[in-house]
Amino acid sequence: MESHIAEIVQHTGGVIGNAWLMIAFPLVGAFILLVFNRFTNRWGHLLGVAMSLASFVVAVLAFFELIGFGEEERRRAVHLYEFIPGMVDMGLLIDPLSISFALLITGVGSLIHIYSIGYMAHDEHRRRFFSYLNLFVAAMLLLVLADNYVGLFIGWEGVGLASYLLIGFWQFKPSAAVAAKKAFVVNRVGDFGLLVGMFIIWTTFGTLTFAELGEKIQPGQTNGTMLAIGLLLLLGACGKSAQLPLQSWLLDAMEGPTPVSALIHAATMVTAGVYLVVRSGAFFFPEGSGAALAVAIVGAATLLAGAIIGCAKDDIKKGLAGSTMSQIGYMMLGAGLGPAGYAFAIGHLITHGFFKADMFLGAGSVMHGMNDEVDMRKYGALRKVMPITFVTFFIGYLAIIGFPLLSGYFTKDGIIETAVHHQPILGWLAVLGAGITGFYMSRMVFMTFFGQKRWADDAHPHESPLVMTVPLMILSLGALGLGAYLVLSNRLLLFLAPAVGRPEELPEFAPFAPSGLATLGLVAVGAIFAWMKYGRAEVPSVQPRGSFLTTFARRDLYGDALNESLFMRPGQWLTRLAVFFDNRGVDGIVNGLAAGIGGSSGRLRRVQTGFARTYALSIFIGAALLTGALLLVGNI
Amino acid sequence: MSPWLPILMAVPVVGAIVVALLPKGSDKLAKQVALLVSLLVLVLTGVVAAGFKPSGERFQFVAEYNWIPSFGVKFGVGVDGVALVLIALSAVLVPIVILASWHDADGVKTADGTLITPKRSVKTYFSLLLVLEAMMIGVFAATDIFLFYVFFEAMLIPMYFMIGSYGGAQRSYAAVKFLLYSLFGGLLMLVAVIGLYFVAGKQTFMFPELVGAIQDPVTQKWLFAGFFIAFAIKAPLWPVHTWLPDAAAQAPAGAAVLLVGVLDKVGTFGMLRFCLELFPDAAKAFTMPIVVLAVISIIYGAIVAIGQTDMKRLIAYTSISHFGFIVLGVFAMSSVAQSGAALYMVNHGFATGALFLAAGFLIARRGSPFIADYGGVQKVAPLLAGFFLVAGLAGLSLPGLSSFVSEFMVMIGTYSSQAHGSGALTVAAIISAVAVILAAVYILWMVQRTMNGPTAEPVKAFKDLNAREVWVLAPLVALIIGFGFFPKPLLDVINPSVQQTLTNVKVPTSTIAEKGTGQ
Repeated sequence: MESHIAEIVQHTGGVIGNAWLMIAFPLVGAFILLVFNRFTNRWGHLLGVAMSLASFVVAVLAFFELIGFGEEERRRAVHLYEFIPGMVDMGLLIDPLSISFALLITGVGSLIHIYSIGYMAHDEHRRRFFSYLNLFVAAMLLLVLADNYVGLFIGWEGVGLASYLLIGFWQFKPSAAVAAKKAFVVNRVGDFGLLVGMFIIWTTFGTLTFAELGEKIQPGQTNGTMLAIGLLLLLGACGKSAQLPLQSWLLDAMEGPTPVSALIHAATMVTAGVYLVVRSGAFFFPEGSGAALAVAIVGAATLLAGAIIGCAKDDIKKGLAGSTMSQIGYMMLGAGLGPAGYAFAIGHLITHGFFKADMFLGAGSVMHGMNDEVDMRKYGALRKVMPITFVTFFIGYLAIIGFPLLSGYFTKDGIIETAVHHQPILGWLAVLGAGITGFYMSRMVFMTFFGQKRWADDAHPHESPLVMTVPLMILSLGALGLGAYLVLSNRLLLFLAPAVGRPEELPEFAPFAPSGLATLGLVAVGAIFAWMKYGRAEVPSVQPRGSFLTTFARRDLYGDALNESLFMRPGQWLTRLAVFFDNRGVDGIVNGLAAGIGGSSGRLRRVQTGFARTYALSIFIGAALLTGALLLVGNI
Repeated sequence: MSPWLPILMAVPVVGAIVVALLPKGSDKLAKQVALLVSLLVLVLTGVVAAGFKPSGERFQFVAEYNWIPSFGVKFGVGVDGVALVLIALSAVLVPIVILASWHDADGVKTADGTLITPKRSVKTYFSLLLVLEAMMIGVFAATDIFLFYVFFEAMLIPMYFMIGSYGGAQRSYAAVKFLLYSLFGGLLMLVAVIGLYFVAGKQTFMFPELVGAIQDPVTQKWLFAGFFIAFAIKAPLWPVHTWLPDAAAQAPAGAAVLLVGVLDKVGTFGMLRFCLELFPDAAKAFTMPIVVLAVISIIYGAIVAIGQTDMKRLIAYTSISHFGFIVLGVFAMSSVAQSGAALYMVNHGFATGALFLAAGFLIARRGSPFIADYGGVQKVAPLLAGFFLVAGLAGLSLPGLSSFVSEFMVMIGTYSSQAHGSGALTVAAIISAVAVILAAVYILWMVQRTMNGPTAEPVKAFKDLNAREVWVLAPLVALIIGFGFFPKPLLDVINPSVQQTLTNVKVPTSTIAEKGTGQ
């Protein structure tokens, strides 16, 4: 009954044996650009693009070498070096799952590098921007290619660092600086889960490498320890993938330049949580386990939350960010369904990488032509002046709402169908989410490209240069056809099967399943509703007040308010109390005693007078406390 | 008998004398001589490290000379793996600190432009630095416990003058506080050292001969307490930590680096070698209360750090948190945690050193240690901001940087330690992992307030790092990144030494890999 996963074999030589080059190229790029600094200003962006492309070439070659092996031999581990002696060696795992990610990261990543040449052309720190992008690509590749949890974690926090640097790229804006810090701190809450998860894995199984865990864990094994590990890893995934309850950082992350939002906060980094769950799936999230159910529930809740937030945003990037949350929710839902859902989750991850990057870059192109205006209420009727941006964005839009035969139609509906089959309640919630997606994405398209001009007086929108629009065209091709390619005849599922297992029954493409028809119907309703409100009717250029529900969504479902009252304020009080205690308490109790003993009334001016005596006493009391503690427990 | 360690100590002493004897007004020459001497020590340390065989005898480069024969006191030196890496840490830090302190002895500028003039001359400062280096090498190299005690106490003197004569506005308050705390701890240790001598009845203070000499559990506990409290003050562990923020904040940045980066390590080094190996039963009996204090230090230090308004005090409190990790690792009684703790001592020296020095460069430009007096430095001094950030990231143990490896080893080794059977160490590891989140807050909030946002008016005139300052920070950053990905060279030296310690403590050192059959 259990799905079969191929064993990992050791590999040397060939392209796969040198897969570390994939990481090395962008890493060297980042190093050169950072160390040689302004001397590389003139050609730094070209080096950045070249390094990313070189990495892509290696990934493609490795892919072809990999499919040259028989299906059972497509999980190949490459030993690199002894990292922490006796605990873990550094190595890479090239298998269908990791190579799929590597292709997405380097492929979409390179397109975004190219686009950034144009987008960041007027920024005096463009070279620094490319160094961070290169750093990101290197870290992200380490995350997905590492053959053990420690290597994965180094990449995991590496992408967090790149994300921090890039969200805060315009750090002179206080909002950007705050958003960058918030993203890092919230992610660290998730990292706490991942860390403790690793403690338990190591303590229980004595290893942190995937290959050895595969040998030690019986398929389908579940118990309290495994559940704990699963939930802790899920906490990590929630942080990185902006899933409830750690979602709050993603919307603020839109402070970063738009290519960053496309690459890191849509196409790749935020999907790392999905990768973690699928990679650990056979170990800690077996089909039907509590941990897997938790993943699916988190996914379903977030897909709705993200969609609702997306409905109320006037800032085009924040609208897209809400949508990203929501779409990753779909992937999580799929990842919580076992092997039946993995292929669709990863498939949606890949197609989403294309169509969402497409739309983010499209939004960037719009902003580029509109003096960096992000308020969609100041847009309107842009389809005529930005035809390429419009057409590519529109294809991405059709893909995300699941318009028949486009990419999202195949991958998202695959998740919905599987969910309806395995977890009916969550499945129907996902159907509802699709309907909301139809509404908010249509709203975005209508507000931006249709209706009346609501431009600011100094706006002179124009189409972006080819260096920006060509990547858009390529991405929109992916949004058009990639879904059909991956899903029809179960191509991706069969490719991934050696790495993640295959379901008992292969899913069949069923275009007229009730959930599929219901999805299409709801999407249509959502789109029509959006047309009536934002297409046909005039859009007010100032945000109307809105009902309490709208406010709820505009405020990101009060996620920030909740964090503030639950953690930030109590945290601030605790900090103040601790500082006060440290100044007055540990030192001060002693001062007080000294004053009492010395018979002096009133304040003790410890700095000017008698501090020697005071501190002699203070040490004495500290030491007495220590001795007391030792006595108490150790019974001298 | 190997002459290497005595030479290693003699070179800085000779250098210190030469520097002190230079004629008045030759400040620049004094600095250059001090730098050269410290670089020579670094090279010699490299030679020693190259000759050290991790698989060989525990103590290598051994030398013994009679000192006070009537009490069996010897000038006995030798290094094991842990001592070697700590000596190497000192030898790396001293030239960096000398280069960083080039203008520190000229006086401290305050925010309103007035100069706090030092009480002593420039050349004395650099002479003191070299004396301190000799003592730091001596304290880690000493295999005679009485000699260790002498260095332990004598180290205070140069540091006392460096804080008290060259520090900030409240320097004498801080220096006296530092001295009193340390002297008190030293006194307790002296009593314990003498007690050890008489109870063991072996007519010697040589450490290898005293291992296993004290069998009586009650005696062990009393002597353990004497040593441990001295080391806890030095480390410093909560609640005897309050001297450190004052001392570190008032000391010149370079002196603060040596104080927190090296001197405090003598405390944790002493715990690992003397408390555990001389009094194994007591160490085991006291594990739980000490683990509790360590965990309090970790969390408390981090929380208080978040609330600091003064950069140097903030960094000092982060160190209190980090020392909590080291003590936790030492007493978790597992080889992974102890190796992690020993590695942590080295990595913390690099990370905190870089952060203190970067903060020092920042403070030297503005004259104020207060975070609120800065803002937007990134815009005017991107190099300084970049180094500050990397040093900060090392402080929050970012994976890929050296401090992560040691912190991870301490936590995972503590979590998996079987020493206490119960889940207490497991809980300790989980609580200490919360510091991972707090560390992000204290570092990045400081970075945000000083480096980001609109550039504050007085900051606009800042110059970026000059070549000297880059040469100070670049080697540290290179070490931090290098050992972050390749910790093996350090761990290969540390591991056998830690195994020996655990054998002496009679903790079974079965490697974890043997178990874990899938429960």
